[in-house]
Amino acid sequence: MTQAWTAQETEELVRRHAGRPGALLPILNDVQAAFGHVPAACVPIIAEALNLSRAEVHGVVTFYHDLKAGPADRPIVKLCRAEACQARGLERIAPLFEGDVRIEVETVYCLGLCASGPAAMVGDRVFARLDDAGARRLIDEAAG
Amino acid sequence: MFVPGDAAAVAVGADQVAAAAGPGVIRNGSRGMFELEPLLEIETSEGRVGYARLAPGDVADVLRLGDAHPACVGLVEDLPFLKRQTRLTFERCGITDPQSIDDYRAHGGFAGLERALALGPEATVEEVFESGLRGRGGAGFPAGIKWRTAAAAPAEQKYIICNADEGDSGTFADRMVMEGDPFMLIEGMAITGFAVGATYGYIYIRSEYPHAIRSMGRAIETARAHGLLGPDFDIEIRAGAGAYVCGEETSLLESIEGRRGEVRAKPPLPAHVGLFGQPTIINNVLTLSAVPYILANGAKAYADFGMGRSRGTMPIQLAGNIRNGGLFETAFGITLGELVNDIGGGTLSGRPVRAVQVGGPLGAYIPPSMFHLPFDYEAFAAADGLIGHAGIVVFDDSVDMARMARFAMQFCAAESCGKCTPCRIGSVRGMEVLDRIIAGEDVAANIVLVEELCETMKFGSLCALGGFTPYPVLSALRHFPEDFAS
Repeated sequence: MTQAWTAQETEELVRRHAGRPGALLPILNDVQAAFGHVPAACVPIIAEALNLSRAEVHGVVTFYHDLKAGPADRPIVKLCRAEACQARGLERIAPLFEGDVRIEVETVYCLGLCASGPAAMVGDRVFARLDDAGARRLIDEAAG
Repeated sequence: MFVPGDAAAVAVGADQVAAAAGPGVIRNGSRGMFELEPLLEIETSEGRVGYARLAPGDVADVLRLGDAHPACVGLVEDLPFLKRQTRLTFERCGITDPQSIDDYRAHGGFAGLERALALGPEATVEEVFESGLRGRGGAGFPAGIKWRTAAAAPAEQKYIICNADEGDSGTFADRMVMEGDPFMLIEGMAITGFAVGATYGYIYIRSEYPHAIRSMGRAIETARAHGLLGPDFDIEIRAGAGAYVCGEETSLLESIEGRRGEVRAKPPLPAHVGLFGQPTIINNVLTLSAVPYILANGAKAYADFGMGRSRGTMPIQLAGNIRNGGLFETAFGITLGELVNDIGGGTLSGRPVRAVQVGGPLGAYIPPSMFHLPFDYEAFAAADGLIGHAGIVVFDDSVDMARMARFAMQFCAAESCGKCTPCRIGSVRGMEVLDRIIAGEDVAANIVLVEELCETMKFGSLCALGGFTPYPVLSALRHFPEDFAS
């Protein structure tokens, strides 16, 4: 579960990477993991600590798919939509995910489960060989 | 007893099967036969007996009935899919406990590093050069030449980077190494560092691989505790953040340095001016993982496998709509048809194979009429294709190739770093024109337009993302024109 944002916690996360060359992405990954997104208010704190401009930090936040500007209001299910999963029947089950308002479906390109697709990921948990029943089970579980 | 801890096994319930089997279970790497997962193996006097596709509830019956259980596949080593392989890089994967450094050593681990230390740095570089090893990430650049360049570059600090941003659909060999035999990669990086004079290494692992990140992290801790990593050579893991383009080496450098993953123009080559401006070797997981074998057994032992200028073995990944999908390591030269039909067993759906995409989302679509093609860098290049990271994605006859061509442009648009115009804008325009073709608008003229656009992207893009997206598009147009006629 993610926690509410505080300046103090952000500074603490930044401090953990003090002196590390190229620390920005590890810091942003930690911020994303802790707060479920990268709050705009974190940007000046990180920029100050790393002697970067806010624009540089903002530019990095907007570049990477994993880093989100705002919090997700529903549980996220990452659905692989790459070629190997397409070849294994992804499009048949995709509507089940897209049509369910309890979850937010995020497209990922490849989970490395290409001989066992269709595949999806919730948090760090991976799921493969998804058929209709498996997809429904996964969605129910993710929706809590 | 063994139940794989590999993500592809875990994704189909291996954790639950392992829990049902009790506390003595070793979480090995996967054997790479994913249709059989979760595969429980039981050590017997004849060898390891496998039980395939188990549910947690089956385990008690398996233990009671033994090889009389219907899930029994017999001796795992005797399964044809494994027997037909030449496993050099994947020699240990699935056999050892990936997190046991003693197990690694007992199965030939660290013999390469010991020999490298005895040979000295220069002879180590030459050994790799002589082996003919080429970059396994996709470009196929000779590793020995890259190493010579970095070794000769004078610098206070040099770096080794392992590119583990395995983003190509249809590939999972890097992930299997990191989860199934992580000490091999550590040994490969340590040898590389010794050979070129680098004291620090990074492994850049994509965030979609949390199991690999954990497995590598634990193995690095263990190696440090055993004094194998330390002040002379240490390794740090960097997790990606969901950007396909960061698998491109200069974009990866930008990402580690803490910037947007935008590609750099080359030259300068990373071997001269790389990470933080220092000489840097960037090699793929499989390239670095081939190094311990080459050093332990000699360049010739490796180079004796293969054909033409493609020496050694390639861990080929059979994926998509295929009956026997998984990891198949073999010498270069095997034909595409053998791989897809004989070894792969055709499609999982049972319908005819219509197309295979070789080399990930930037690889060409190849029809069965070209299945005589040998798996070899030059043979594929001559056929307007590429081997890439050796993923083969099989499609049956229900595939619409016009939609796959459109998907290639869509993927490029989603993942473009935005630095160069042909890729950033060309991919979006390409998607739009293919939409018009699919809708049946002015088809002949729009096909000419797509072909011209592909020429521009091919020759005008800074890196392989924009430069190679034309491969799937043009190959779909050439080999499957009927899907583009309205």
